[in-house]
Amino acid sequence: MRLTCPLCGDRDRREFYYRGAAVALHRPAPDAGVAAWDDYVHLRDNPAGETRDLWHHEAGCGAWLVVTRHTVTHAVLEVALAQDEGAAG
Amino acid sequence: MFSGLRIFKEGLTGNTGWSPHWRDPAPKAEYDAVIIGGGGHGLSTAYYLAKNHRMTNIAVLEKGYIGSGNIGRNTTIIRANYYLPGNSEFYSHSLKLWEGLEQELNYNAMVSQRGVINLFHSDGQRDAFVRRGNAMRAQGDDAELLDPEGVRRYLPYLDFDNTRFPIYGGLLHARGGTARHDAVAWGYARGADRLGVDLIQNCEVTGIDIESGVVRGVQTARGPIKAKKVSIVTAGRSGQVAALAGLRLPIESHVLQAFVTEGLKPCIDHVVSFGMGHFYISQSDKGGLVFGGDLDFYASYAQRGNLPMAEHVMEAGMTLMPMIGKAKVLRSWGGIMDMTPDGSPIIDKTDTYGLFLDCGWCYGGFKAVPASGYALAHLMATGVPHETARGFRLDRFRDGHGLMDEEGTGAQHNLH
Repeated sequence: MRLTCPLCGDRDRREFYYRGAAVALHRPAPDAGVAAWDDYVHLRDNPAGETRDLWHHEAGCGAWLVVTRHTVTHAVLEVALAQDEGAAG
Repeated sequence: MFSGLRIFKEGLTGNTGWSPHWRDPAPKAEYDAVIIGGGGHGLSTAYYLAKNHRMTNIAVLEKGYIGSGNIGRNTTIIRANYYLPGNSEFYSHSLKLWEGLEQELNYNAMVSQRGVINLFHSDGQRDAFVRRGNAMRAQGDDAELLDPEGVRRYLPYLDFDNTRFPIYGGLLHARGGTARHDAVAWGYARGADRLGVDLIQNCEVTGIDIESGVVRGVQTARGPIKAKKVSIVTAGRSGQVAALAGLRLPIESHVLQAFVTEGLKPCIDHVVSFGMGHFYISQSDKGGLVFGGDLDFYASYAQRGNLPMAEHVMEAGMTLMPMIGKAKVLRSWGGIMDMTPDGSPIIDKTDTYGLFLDCGWCYGGFKAVPASGYALAHLMATGVPHETARGFRLDRFRDGHGLMDEEGTGAQHNLH
């Protein structure tokens, strides 16, 4: 698998750290309650198909990326900067 | 059915006298209990429901064929070397069931207690293994700490003086070993079938019927089936099957690769793990070296991995035991692992009455097959968790109480 970093271009998967589902971009408020935090920390849609997850270009520019992938074919459909999602990691 | 005499006679007459080991029944309209998933855990659940709890009007529904999932795609290791309370007694129970499995099922599952040796490579790691070994002995299982000379007696072929990761010793778990994975599925399938359980293959579940918070049955590719109790035992596919009941699970499915070489003469007598490179290896009775490493570390249902992890595993193997360098890799494969945030499994009721979950086995489900079925059968039949599986609650993720993070890396999805 290779990912195309919007800043660095086409790079080997080994340069990236996988953080998990892009739900991590939408951190609930501290007082949002148990259900919201359970949702955020633990529960996952876990689709067999298109998914959005968060990767860190650790050995490159250091940007956080939102990668749209297919979990059955490993096809990478889109790579975008997380900062453009309007939320901080 | 199986006896020495019979095998001898069949051997002389071309093995033509054997009949199928289980029936191929059509689904009935209604069962007392339905188990979704005909893998190791589902089959052992059915077996113990029938054997221990006298529930015989039950069915196992399998999307493909019996043993076509992870039970046929693993590295066959059995062991009871867990540390945390909650895990420790469960895997201890499982190993005891393994030890009696072949007598119990009258089926040759090739259980081989060849010993598991976990190597360590620093003072800190040795301290951690001393602690783990003490915990294992406190649980009543066996553990023996080996110094480098002790390891050399068993594994003379290792690179002991490796500059980066010298071998400081190992923890020997002599009762651990391997079993023939397919035969485990076949043995439980045959055992359950003989007790009256219907094993229904090519029967994908497409819906779970729930009325007023009570499970009523399932919709399948072979028609609707009513059931008073339904268990979801579908490993890597747990998220999708649970979604049929409107459930979201604390599970992310990942790919784990494994590799096997051409058949070689016996050279690796134990299960050996490398403490610094996430590599483990054993030799099958057929002669192939069976080895693997860590997850690829991204969510995947592809049942195949990527090259970076394959390369890493080979490098780690060569670092630990350079003698395997000339063995040719015959094939590799990937399995779908149902990863929980804390790396420990779930055997529990759900909020829907009569609907049960058995999932989250991460990359360690094979060794748990007997005890998982034993515990789930107990829970389904009696309504209370089995004493060895009380810690495998679903709600530990909701309130954080009772998280079992065996690796100590944090209860977060991408860390196990």
